[in-house]
Amino acid sequence: MSQPTLNQYETVKYSRIYSLGAARGDLTVTNDDIAGPIDSSDEWIRQRTGIITRRRASKDLSLMDMAVSASNEAIKKAGIQPSDIGAVIFSTITHPYQTPSAATLLADKIGANPAPAYDISAACAGYCYGIAQADALVRSGVAKYVLVVGGEKLSDFIDPTDRTISFLLGDGAGAAIVGPSDTPGISPSVWGSDGSQWAAVGMDASLLELRDGTHKWPTLRQEGLTVFKWAVWEMVKVARQALEVAGVKAEDLAAIVTHQANIRIIDELAKQLEVPENVVVARDIVHTGNTSAASIPLAMHALLESGEVKSGGLALEIGFGAGLAFGAQVVVLP
Amino acid sequence: MALSQSEVLAGLAEIVNDETGIAAEAVQLDKSFTDDLDIDSISMMTIVVNAEDKFGVKIPDEEVKNLVTVGDAVNFISNAQ
Repeated sequence: MSQPTLNQYETVKYSRIYSLGAARGDLTVTNDDIAGPIDSSDEWIRQRTGIITRRRASKDLSLMDMAVSASNEAIKKAGIQPSDIGAVIFSTITHPYQTPSAATLLADKIGANPAPAYDISAACAGYCYGIAQADALVRSGVAKYVLVVGGEKLSDFIDPTDRTISFLLGDGAGAAIVGPSDTPGISPSVWGSDGSQWAAVGMDASLLELRDGTHKWPTLRQEGLTVFKWAVWEMVKVARQALEVAGVKAEDLAAIVTHQANIRIIDELAKQLEVPENVVVARDIVHTGNTSAASIPLAMHALLESGEVKSGGLALEIGFGAGLAFGAQVVVLP
Repeated sequence: MALSQSEVLAGLAEIVNDETGIAAEAVQLDKSFTDDLDIDSISMMTIVVNAEDKFGVKIPDEEVKNLVTVGDAVNFISNAQ
């Protein structure tokens, strides 16, 4: 008797982002609100970061609440049912449990149970990592629709007296539905990491040190200038490579949506890339702050909602941060 | 061929001008980047990267804090060439 031939997934040629959803923290925090403990001022913070206000979540608004809200919007706008979702990928560094994942709870709360669901830890590159995986899952036929969420409640992991990163940070969640397409909607991704710079940005202690009483509650820290240098001059190379593999030029773009780390990084990146004036450069950081994995979908959502960019245009999205990890791709705006 | 100190100064002044708008003539050896020229740390890092490119030298991140005056930077670049 002959051995049967296995079935394998049937591939799909193209994928695209169908829709986005967004949720920001319910509190608007000014520079004056946080300047005291770091002996700073509104002017100093604006000049060095571009941030005028940042959005943070009150105690009663959880990371999960924001993720559910953003996901529900994306699902509704995509015109699909939650039960159509074939995988849930949640990129976060602020889910306060080692296990179980945030993604399984999110899948259940939005009605996507029993979809496979998992978290990824790629910090500020996490949304682009998620889109790279969703694109692969959809085109390989593993899942028809994938929900990608980048969400953070960073305010749970900051130190008000820290002058390196805490004052930049905000809370929010951005969601995207990725699914099959008749035309190309997501370019090949340029993604990678440089663990030799593992200590440049991240938590200032491990949970073991907290357990042993040798360190207080771990919070975020960064070597700002080292990260700035990498985020501009190394990420320019990644951005150029992403454009090249996508087969487009900077002038073909409707928008550049970088991780909203700091306005100085965003402006310098745009300058180095020689972005033409008609290309919109996302600057959502001014009123949202740096929301790590959430910042790219939040910024893109804001550009679409305000009408600054139109559905169908091309956007370069590039995330970079702790790891150090980076990811970039060109997408057709939903 | 290594550039002379005055050539390095002129090149550095051009970089500082491009980043900050400060007149090249104001960029003198005895001027402090922060106290006299009011250049913040992020602009300083941009100047450092552009100087590395222009002069073909490597300025380690940990060295940047030692470059207090324009003269410090000119000396470092001249010695590193």
